[in-house]
Amino acid sequence: MQTTIADSLPPQRALGKRLRKRFFRTPLDVVITVASVVVAAYVLIPLLDWTIFSAVWSAPEGDASVCHGVEGACWAVIEARWRLIIFGLFPYEEQWRSSIALVVLVVTAILSCVPAFWTVLRLSLLWIVGFAAFYLLMRGGIFGLSVIEPSEWGGLTLTVFFFAAGILIGMPMAICFAMMRRSTLPVISRTMAVIIDGVRSLPLVTILFTAALILPFVLPGWLQGDKIWRVVFGFALFFAAYQAEVIRSGIQAIPSGQDEAAKALGMGYFHRVTRITLPQAFRNALPTTINQFVITFKETSLIVIIGFFDVLASGNAAYGTGEWSFAYVEVYIFVALIYFVFVFSLSLYGAYLERRMRVGQH
Amino acid sequence: MVLRLLRNRKFVRAFLQAAFLAALIGMIGSGLMIAHESITQQGMSSGFGFLERSTGFNIGFSIIDYDPNASYGRLLLVGTANTILLGVIGIVAASLTGLMVAMMRLSENGSLNAISRTYVEIFRNVPLILQALFWYSVMTHLPPPRQALEAVPHVFLTSRGIFLPVLNVGVAYALGAVGVILAGLVAAMIIRRRDVRAVPSRKTRNARRTVLAAAVLCALILMATGRLEGGLFSLPELRGLNFRGGLTVPPELSALAIAIALYGGAYISEILRAGFNSVPKGQTEAGRALGLSQGQIFRRVRLPLAIRAILPTLTNQYVWLFKATTLGIAVGYSDLFYTVSISITQSGQTLELIGILMMAFLIMNNAISFVLNRINKAIELKGNQTRS
Repeated sequence: MQTTIADSLPPQRALGKRLRKRFFRTPLDVVITVASVVVAAYVLIPLLDWTIFSAVWSAPEGDASVCHGVEGACWAVIEARWRLIIFGLFPYEEQWRSSIALVVLVVTAILSCVPAFWTVLRLSLLWIVGFAAFYLLMRGGIFGLSVIEPSEWGGLTLTVFFFAAGILIGMPMAICFAMMRRSTLPVISRTMAVIIDGVRSLPLVTILFTAALILPFVLPGWLQGDKIWRVVFGFALFFAAYQAEVIRSGIQAIPSGQDEAAKALGMGYFHRVTRITLPQAFRNALPTTINQFVITFKETSLIVIIGFFDVLASGNAAYGTGEWSFAYVEVYIFVALIYFVFVFSLSLYGAYLERRMRVGQH
Repeated sequence: MVLRLLRNRKFVRAFLQAAFLAALIGMIGSGLMIAHESITQQGMSSGFGFLERSTGFNIGFSIIDYDPNASYGRLLLVGTANTILLGVIGIVAASLTGLMVAMMRLSENGSLNAISRTYVEIFRNVPLILQALFWYSVMTHLPPPRQALEAVPHVFLTSRGIFLPVLNVGVAYALGAVGVILAGLVAAMIIRRRDVRAVPSRKTRNARRTVLAAAVLCALILMATGRLEGGLFSLPELRGLNFRGGLTVPPELSALAIAIALYGGAYISEILRAGFNSVPKGQTEAGRALGLSQGQIFRRVRLPLAIRAILPTLTNQYVWLFKATTLGIAVGYSDLFYTVSISITQSGQTLELIGILMMAFLIMNNAISFVLNRINKAIELKGNQTRS
């Protein structure tokens, strides 16, 4: 008897049957499913009531009195304070600049997810243009825009700035670190290994703290720069130490024949690294790199400890004043939602890339 | 001449390395010189003499004795002890949470899968510090002691902390008892390992039982000697404006512990899941073909293979969680980083204190990875047995 492909595939069962298999296969499964539904209803119904049905959505007079004695959530606090959370203490009349700058950076990040941009030249050009536009808009000083120093930046814009600047400075550093660690010169590779492992075993907070407090002691005056840039540098160094290991693992996954073939063709070190090793290493390490981006985005929230006014700090300030102090849960949920949107979409993209690459290998 | 030298591989290699070293030493040296200059300019003293000076201020929470007359050295010791306490509680709680969620995720029941997936996605995608601040706000917004919530009999939730009943035993004796029990468990494990058979012989089983019984007995004797006055348990009681007796968990510690447990648990559950999924299906099928029961397949086939895939990633996660204790400063928990940063503002010995902080973390983190890497080496499979 001949078998066709259709025969060898598992039979497509009806939805009802599949559901029954997943939820009600054995008596124990029935008990577990029923119990989970009851517990979920017990938790979710009051939660839905609190977040949506009994909630206060706006405060027409702009003060907190509408929320007194209300059972549900007081989302009016977000309506009253969203500017503080998103823009921090950026001057009120100039907040349009902050919002355009934010959009520019987000669009740049989204564009760099498109494979058409995945060459060194295009990607670096895209980010240089995007970042320069962001910086000019935020700092001003040209086209008649007033100068706003980085110390006055804040809110979500500052968080996104830290993330982008940390990765932009950190990525070239990571490539250098990885190549130095893989160098055949023993002194260089050993020293680099000690530096990378040292940075990796320290908490990020201590590195940021060092960058903010110690660097002014040990750097000559002309190199110190603003506190924000020193902290960005510390952040980039921390990212680079982790990313260097990611790139190194990507390099180690390349068959050694690739490098040997390039040598046999008479390519020099620079050509071998930029044309043969790094492109393949980045391809191998892409999912891990995205994962590193996810972690880095969440870690920008630590700058709050060094005294920067990022989205978390401005969230704290949003409910910190007397009248809204009862609405801390609402503000934290809103800030958490902002982080969630950024981080979750990044990790979904990472999962998509991983699936796509697995298809390519078969 | 120069060109010929540049063509000489050995010379180029030696030259590059020497230049690298010279640059590094130059950077460090000039940094130190500038630091020396700015310190003398500002008229600050340097050196570690300040460690013996008394601090003159009080801090929130400490598990070892501390008062304002104590020295800076003592203060840093308090911070280290608090960091280790939080680290241990956090790692244990996160592991338990992670194990539970991973088991739900690995089960074939669809509703358990859905619950655990939702949990992981929510708690993994929100920064830890935000979760810590959230739980801290929740903890401090609990009712004051007079209207305390009694969740379980004799357990009180208040804005001043969580009050728990505790065994009426001196701290040193209680720790000693825990140590004796742990030593007994390790000894039992060693006895089991020395018997190579799959089913231990009667002699091994008896030896194991004797060791464990002896350990439990020793622990009980220790606890009986260290008994304090009062009943078997010390219960928290409301006296005036606050609770007396029992064990007080300050809101800072409980908020951080909950946050680390939930955040770390989400990560650990994913690590465990990946570990179990990495065990080839052929291994389970072979176990079934040999007539092993479900439980036996889990204990003797899947678990041992999964542990070997899990341990290296888990080591990194534990080191990460331990480092995460530094955000205690955000809620005012007096951990090592917190005590160092107050000491810096109070004494001005910035360089020395940051040096101590970094050394302490290097030592503690390397200790964690050293121990776990040794375990990993000890249980490593030789050859290619994991291939399906």
